Order: sequence, then C-alpha cells, then structure tokens
Amino acid sequence: MLHVLLVFSPLIGAVVAGFFGRAIGDRGAQTVTCGLMALSALCAVIGLGYVGGPAMKVEIVRWIQVGSFEADWALRVDSLSCVMMFVVSFCSFLIHVYSVGYMSHDPSVPRFMSYLSLFTFAMLMLVTSDNLIQLFFGWEGVGVASYLLIGFWYTRPSACAAAMKAFIVNRVGDFGLMLGIAGVYLVFDTVQYDQIFAMIPQAAGGRIVVWGFPLDTLDVLGFLLFVGAMGKSAQIGLHTWLPDAMEGPTPVSALIHAATMVTAGVFLVARFSPLYEHAPTALAFVAFIGATTAIFAATIGLTQFDIKRVIAYSTCSQLGYMFFACGVGAYQAAIFHLFTHAFFKALLFLGAGSVIHAMSDEQDMRRMGGIWNKIPYTYVLMWIGTLALIGFPGFAGYFSKDAILEAAWASHNPFHLYAFWMGLLAAILTAFYSGRLIWLTFHGTPRADRETMHHVHESPWIMLAPLFVLAAGAILAGWLGTGMVEVAEEEGASFWHGAIYTGEGNHVLHDLHGVPFFVSFAPFVAMAIGLGLSYLFYMARPDLPGRVAGAVRPLYRFLYNKWYFDELYDFLFVRSAKWLGFGLWKAGDQGVIDRFGPDGLAASTQFATKRIVRLQSGYLYHYAFAMLIGVAGLVTWYMLTAP
Amino acid sequence: MSDWPLLSLVTFLPLVGVAFILFINGDEEVVAQNSRSVALWTALVTFLLSLLIWGNFDPTAAGFQLVERATWLGGFGIDYHMGIDGISLWFVLLSTLLTVVVIVGSWYAVTARVKEYMIAFLVMDTLMVGVFCALDIVLFYVFFEGILIPMYLIIGVWGGPRRIYASFKFFLYTLLGSVLFLIAVLVMYLHAGTTDIPTLMATDFPIDMQWWLWLALFASFAVKVPMWPFHTWLPDAHVEAPTAGSVLLAGVLLKLGGYGFLRFSLPMLPDASASFAPFVFALSIIAIVYTSLVALMQSDMKKLIAYSSVAHMGIVTIGIFTPNAMGIQGSIIQMLSHGLVSSALFMCVGVVYDRIHSREIAAYGGLADTMPAYVTVFMLFMLASVGLPGTSGFVGELMVIVGAWQRSSWVATFAATGLILSSTYMLWLYRRVIFGALTKDNLKLIKDLRPNEILAFAPLVVLAVLMGVYPSLFLDPMRPAVDNLLAQISAEQPASGLAAR
Repeated sequence: MLHVLLVFSPLIGAVVAGFFGRAIGDRGAQTVTCGLMALSALCAVIGLGYVGGPAMKVEIVRWIQVGSFEADWALRVDSLSCVMMFVVSFCSFLIHVYSVGYMSHDPSVPRFMSYLSLFTFAMLMLVTSDNLIQLFFGWEGVGVASYLLIGFWYTRPSACAAAMKAFIVNRVGDFGLMLGIAGVYLVFDTVQYDQIFAMIPQAAGGRIVVWGFPLDTLDVLGFLLFVGAMGKSAQIGLHTWLPDAMEGPTPVSALIHAATMVTAGVFLVARFSPLYEHAPTALAFVAFIGATTAIFAATIGLTQFDIKRVIAYSTCSQLGYMFFACGVGAYQAAIFHLFTHAFFKALLFLGAGSVIHAMSDEQDMRRMGGIWNKIPYTYVLMWIGTLALIGFPGFAGYFSKDAILEAAWASHNPFHLYAFWMGLLAAILTAFYSGRLIWLTFHGTPRADRETMHHVHESPWIMLAPLFVLAAGAILAGWLGTGMVEVAEEEGASFWHGAIYTGEGNHVLHDLHGVPFFVSFAPFVAMAIGLGLSYLFYMARPDLPGRVAGAVRPLYRFLYNKWYFDELYDFLFVRSAKWLGFGLWKAGDQGVIDRFGPDGLAASTQFATKRIVRLQSGYLYHYAFAMLIGVAGLVTWYMLTAP
Repeated sequence: MSDWPLLSLVTFLPLVGVAFILFINGDEEVVAQNSRSVALWTALVTFLLSLLIWGNFDPTAAGFQLVERATWLGGFGIDYHMGIDGISLWFVLLSTLLTVVVIVGSWYAVTARVKEYMIAFLVMDTLMVGVFCALDIVLFYVFFEGILIPMYLIIGVWGGPRRIYASFKFFLYTLLGSVLFLIAVLVMYLHAGTTDIPTLMATDFPIDMQWWLWLALFASFAVKVPMWPFHTWLPDAHVEAPTAGSVLLAGVLLKLGGYGFLRFSLPMLPDASASFAPFVFALSIIAIVYTSLVALMQSDMKKLIAYSSVAHMGIVTIGIFTPNAMGIQGSIIQMLSHGLVSSALFMCVGVVYDRIHSREIAAYGGLADTMPAYVTVFMLFMLASVGLPGTSGFVGELMVIVGAWQRSSWVATFAATGLILSSTYMLWLYRRVIFGALTKDNLKLIKDLRPNEILAFAPLVVLAVLMGVYPSLFLDPMRPAVDNLLAQISAEQPASGLAAR
C-alpha cells in the first residue's frame, strides 16, 4: 500500500493539474501537485526502512498474457528500487517546490506542474518495474514527459527542435532496448525479472544466431539492452540530445536531465547485473563506452560558455563514470555515485537556475561575473555543489568517485586501466571546468550591462529552501551512502540483499579497499590540479585562456564545436533521410511505380485501343480476309498438333 | 437470444435504415437533418447489436460460432454461410463502431447530398460486417468487392478536386486483384467442389496449385493492405476522400488484406505461405523503411498519415507470416490499433480541414495556443501511432517484433526500425502543425473541438488507451482461434519454422 501510494500519487497530481488546471487555477495546481509529491516523498523516506530486505512484489493487475508471455503491472521492492524511489521522489518533491517560485511568471503553470508529476510517475514506474515490459512503459513514459518538458515553451523553434531531437535520439536507443526485450523473451521465454535471473546461469555460454553470426547469447542481450541505456543516459554517440535539452525550463534540467531520468540507463545495467556478470564482452563494452564518455564530455565542458550546457556536459561525463563503474563490476559504486550525483547535480542546476533568474534570464557566462556578493546564498550553494562534484574530501562526490576509480583499478575487465586513467584525467578536467564556471559566473569584473546588474537579486525563499536541502544532501549523501559499497560478511546482511548480483569471480568491492596508496590518493591530486589550474586561468591570469585557445586553435574549435557530432549526424542521417525520402517519393513512387503501374497501364490501354479502332475499317473484304487467315491458322494448328 | 440469426441481423440492419432514408422527402434542410438522425440511430443500434455478438461469443471455443447456414445456390455447394471466430469478432465490432464514429464526426461537416451520403455509409456498414462474417468464399467475394462501390462513390462524389484520378487509380489496382481473386475462387471450387470456407481450410491443395492460388490471392490482398509496391493508390485515395471516407478506408478496408491473409492464404495454402514468407518479409521491410522515409517528406497531412499507414501495415504482414502465436496475435492487435489510431488521425486532419480548408502542413503552426482539447487528442494519437507503451500501438508492435525474431533476427531488426522512423515523421508533423508561434491570422480565431467531434473521438481515445493498458481483454478471446489456425497450418505441414531461428 505504501508503495502503491508512493508511485501513484504523482499520477493523480498530474491528472488533476492537467485536466482541471483551469478550474483550480495556478495556486491550486501547485498545491495539489506539491502536496501529492510530498506524500510520495514521505512514503519514499519511510520506504528506505526496507533497504536490506529481500525482494518483494506488489501486484496490481495482469497486463499482457499471450502463452508464456506474461507481464503484470507490479511493483518490485528491493534495496535497489528503494534507493531509486527515494532519489526520484525526494528530488522531484524539492524540484516541484522550487518550480513554484521559478515558474511563477509563466502563463501555463498547471501544465508545467502536471508534466513534472507525470514524469515522476513514469520514472517511479520504471524503477519499480517487475518485468521488462513495465520497464519499457516507464522508459518511454519518461521519454514523453521529457519531450513535453523540453518543448514546454513551444513557441520557440529551438525548444521544439530540441524536444524532437531528444525523443528521436532516445528512440534510437529504444530500438536496441526493444530488440533486447524481444531477445530476452526468445531466450528465456519470460520477461519477469525473477524468472530471467533464475535462468541466467543455465543460459551462460549459450549461443544464439543473430544477423547470421553465432554469438554468445548473454553478450548479445547485454549489448542490446545497453544500447537502450546509452540513449537514455546520453552516452557517446547518442549523447547529442542532452545538451540541447537545456532548452527546457531549468527545473526540468535539474530533475530530468541530471538527477533522475538520465540515470535510468545506469539503473537498467545495475538491475541486470545478473546478466552482465555472465556477459564479459558486453561488460567490457559498457566499461569502454562509459570511460570514453567520461573523458569526451569533460573535454567539451572545458570550452562551453552557456552555464547550463557546462553542467549538462558534466552530467554526461558523470554518467560515463557510472557506466564504467558498472563495466568494471562495481554496480554498487555506480548506484552510490548515482545517489550522490542526484543531490549535487540537482543543486548545481537549480543554483544555475537561481543565477539565471538573478541575471534576467542570461545564460552566457561571458556576460556574467562579479555577482557573488549580490547573491551570497546562491554563491555558497553553488560552491557546495561544485565541491561535491569535483570530489573535494568530505563532500558527497569524493566518496563515490573514489570508490569508482579504485574499483576500476582493482577490476579485471579488459578496459579497467583505460577506465581508470580516463576517469582520472576526466577528474582533472571536471575540477577545471567546474572551477571555471564558478570564477566566470561569480568573480571578476561584472560583464553584464548596467541594467541587468542593477536587477541582480537573490531568489525568493521558496526557491532557496529546496537548494538548502539539496546542499545538505550534497554534503551528507556520501557519509550516509557508504554502506552501499561495503562488503558484508554474508550476503543476507548486506545493504543490497541480492538486489545487485556479483559473480563468483567478482571481488571488486572487496579489492577496492586494498588498492595501492597512490590510487586512492590520485583523485584528490587530480581535483587539486584541476581546481588550481582553473584559478590560474580565470582568476590569476585571465589572459591565459585566450592565449592557450589561440595556440591550439584547431583543437579548441574541435572541442568548442562538440567534436562536430551534430554536423556529422546532420549530414549522415538527417539530410540523407530527407534526400532519400524525397527521392523515393518522386523517383520511386511517381517515377517508377505509377509510371509503369496504373498510369502506364491507362496510357498503354489508350494507345492499344487507338490501334484497334483502326482495324474496324468498315470494308467487308478486310473482315473476310481476317477471318480467312484465322481459319487457316486454326486448321494448321490442329493438323500440326494432331497425334 | 442465441437462436436469433444475430450475424445476419447485424449485417442487414443498416439496410433497413437505408430503406427509411429513401422515404425521406421534403425540404433539403429537413431531409438532411432526418437522414442524419436515421443514419445515426441505425448505426447505433447496429453497434449495440454487435456488442451482443461479443456477449454471446464463447471466448474459449476455437471454431466458428453463431453459425448460420442456408442453401443459396442449391446443389452447387455454394451456401449462405455466416459465422465468426475470435479473429473476425473484433473486425465486426471495429466496423460497426467506426460507422457510428464517422456519422457523428461528419454531422456538420457534410452539407451536400446528405441523404445519399448517409446511405453510402450505411451500405458500407452492411458490407463491412458481412465480409468479416462470411464463411462462404463466394459470399465473401460479394461483400469484398461490393465494398468498393460505396467507397468509390464516396471518393468520387464527396471527394476533393483530383477525385477522378484518385478513384481511377483505386479502381485499377483493386480490379487487378479482384480478377485474380475470382479466378482463384473458381480454381478452388473446381478442385474442392465447394466454396465453404471451413471445408476449404481442411482441403489439401496440391503444392503446385497452392503456389498459383497463393499468388492470385496475394495480388488481391496485397493491394488492399496495401503492401509495397502496390501502395500508390492509397495516398491519392486518402487525400481526395472526405474525412469519413478516409476513416473507413484506413480503419476497416485496409484490414481486409490482412484478414484475407489470415482467413485464406495461411490456413488454405500453408505450404505456399511458408515458401513465400521470405518474399512477404522482404516487401514488408521495404514498406516500413521506404514509406516511412517518403512520409517524412510529405507536405500534405493526409498523405503523410497515408504513407505511415503503409509502414504500419508492413508490421502487420510481417506478423501474419511469421506464423506463430505471438506474431499473428500481434498483427491482429496491430490491425485493430491501426484501425483506431489512423482513423483518429484522419479525423484530426479533418477537424482542422473543416475550419481552414487546407491540408498543407505549412498552413498551420501554433495551434497549441488556441485548441487545447484538440491538441491533447492529437498528441495522444500521435504517441499511439509511434507505439508508445500504454497505448494500443505498442502492444502489437512489440508482439510482432518478438514473433518475428522467432523466425529471423534480421526481420525483427528491420521491423524495429519502424520505432525510430515513425517517431521522426509523426513528431515532425506534430511540431509543424501544433507547436511554434501562432502567426497566421486565420488560425487565431480557430475554434476548438465541437461537442460532436469530442463525442466522435471519445470512444477511440478510450479504446486506444484500454488496448494499451489492458490488451488481455482483446487477446484472450482471439487466442483459441489463433491456436486453431496454427494447428491447421502445422497439420498440413511438418514443423520446420522452429529450426530457422
């Protein structure tokens, strides 16, 4: 009952605010959605008490049944889903409250609140899913909610384009996920998690013929599911939608594109740890992609000037950390990082929102600066978020990022050292761009015009209060969550209680405590170097960035243009699809099928009838002659074919 | 109740309504008003009666039910034979429901020749129900071809400016199919001595005869589906047809092809169906990719949705020829879903067309500001069309992909590309029509949905969601029939499908 209430109260909020928004007004919609979210968050906090318990299933109703293909609407409650439910509900509640302040001047408040609640419901469905079909329901549900929210200001062409891009790029990932689900059903004859996981040991090592190649069954499934995860979690190749998604209102960026939805992919991999533990090749791929994304996104983050985009690329990069943590077998560390990241990244985004609010909707850091003493609360909060992100000792990110890097070192994944070094390098870059963000935004000489500077003001309390709660989380989450990466003496007593499976040969969690000193010390050094460099570049010697950029012009342009991914995709897919579509329509449908089909038939009939008409000359001897030839022909035929 | 000839009653009841309408005379306005009322009441009663069919239907039985048989051409083995199973049941309900919907939806939209218009739709109702109930192939043929006449008239009389070209194309394609179908019927009759469908299902046709028969039937059904490359009549027909015509065309007439494959090709010609399955897969895959790309470039809303129909029906044909329980049930659900969703999408186009008189996408933009109810409905069906879980579009697509993978991973992969492609053209359509700034003057005063339009959309909305959230309601009754069908296939043909994973 607790969990049903937890999951469905946001849905009620969404429906009420969405359909009766006009009747109950802005204030009513805000009260209803926030109230129901508060209820949901409360349930989630209570629900945390269940952590460490065995998996439990709350059935709601049968959904699909075709032969052995059974899928229920049901909630799966175990440590993993409890942690996720807490993260989702709690962050969502805070962001609902923040939105009351942030969106107060918007003409369509009820619609916004409704979408936010709808998103929360879909996300909760996703994390509590008991089978792959329900997972997919939540998966696509959050996709739609994200589409609606990115395109919330639908009169802006850029927002519409970003919304479409997000949905379609995600669909590319879903293509993989859908095939993965089909494949899982084909192999295991079920889509229920328990039954799949129970059968995995038998399926290990099996082969399946896919696209003509006999491949390892579990590797194929793991790979396909991961393609879905790559889309949702914006990993390299399918990441292009995430930075553009910043077109949405800032609370959306915080909730969906930082704290919750984008982590769905990580959740999926962790949920399928029993499968991935038996799919070494797929797991190596996960580690490789994760590590590559971590460094790739960080390099782009160095050069961007839009405050939200910097944080967006940082999100992308941090998701990379989570994935390579999964890849090296430390799913627990990945979820730990997901947990801490939700707090500090939501904090950073909402803080950025507060800055944008103060700067009269300016997002370009080149036109900020010198405002730290005018918005002191926001300034301090942003520092807390930054320190947590770069892994300053004592702050949340320090614990989880350390655990991930140590795990990468201790693992036996073929890419574990690649992951470690890339992760370490990315840590330097993270500290650098985060420092850059702070210095550019808050320090130095004011670069905004006088009008804007005159209006700079601290945000109202309804926006600041959620920030303080998140800041507390950004400091405490690391201390509270260390249980996630501790090794219990016996499985039943551990934090996860079987919710995350680790194979017999996987001792990463144990081994990460025994890594050499330099490995555990390196992240701190990386952070110090990055932060120090950023101080040098943007505070001590503000002329340096320009000179460095000038010295490595091609590299700078490459990074500034985001590795030219958008241009490449535009050329490869968007334009060629349009070109092909146009060609097929004009040349294929009209030029060939119609020309030789119905139109051609009509034309040739006309042509033939014109000829036939001429035969009817009206002269009797013409007809008699024709008859004679006919008769002669027939007679000849019979004579020749007679036995 | 069960001793009533329920099927015949439902089939021919609309003709009673037609008789009443014929007697309406007087002032033009009065005639129009009375014809509408009579047509609506007839269609409603027919729909309610068809619900009784569902009520009397035994969902656990595999064979044909509510069977009626009477001698028709005595001594020739051609009877008046009606009956339904778990497959045709849904198509009967879909037909009667959509007739009510289009009559309500075009309440104000059609003002010219209302009397004849209503007669055409009631006749359509009779023929549509009849074709799905017929258990004699000659009877089936009569209904099957008969449907073309009112449809032809609807396009030709109430259609747009290029209606002549459209109806000519429509006619030419279907004529080709009909002729070959008729020949196939004759050959079957000469071989088996009967035209009784259940008997023919049990008849073993020689393998070389099966091939020719299969190709002849294929020509007819592939045009109806329509499969690539027999699809080019569809966009033209849709563009020129009035909204209600498009709805029935997309909602019911396209299903005749799929239904034909299920009722004739698969059970009667299982060996040929198995041999030709790769061919069907190839055409279906081309349809999905090709027509999706073409849909992307359309500037006419109706054409875009018409092309998307071809792509969606590609999923259906893949599912039918898998042939396994998953694929076939998926394809039936996909057909029903497409019947609801594409009908609703055509109605969405109709709503703005009635107001602005343009189908050009470029003529719109920014409707989100002025038509909140319309925008919501359109959004729902757009998402259902791209197969969002929780809507009817998802269930069929998923099941067909799963079923297809049991045959070949290639087919499943290509079928799944529809997931990406459909979202691109539908989202782009939606963006250009609904989102953006409201700049065009004629759109600023556009009115939101009228009560009759809301009433017409309501059942479609409810069903599209219901089918997505609780598809068992529809899947359970069709399972015995599908199992029966599969048993018929495997009885005549040794199981070889499983090895080809």
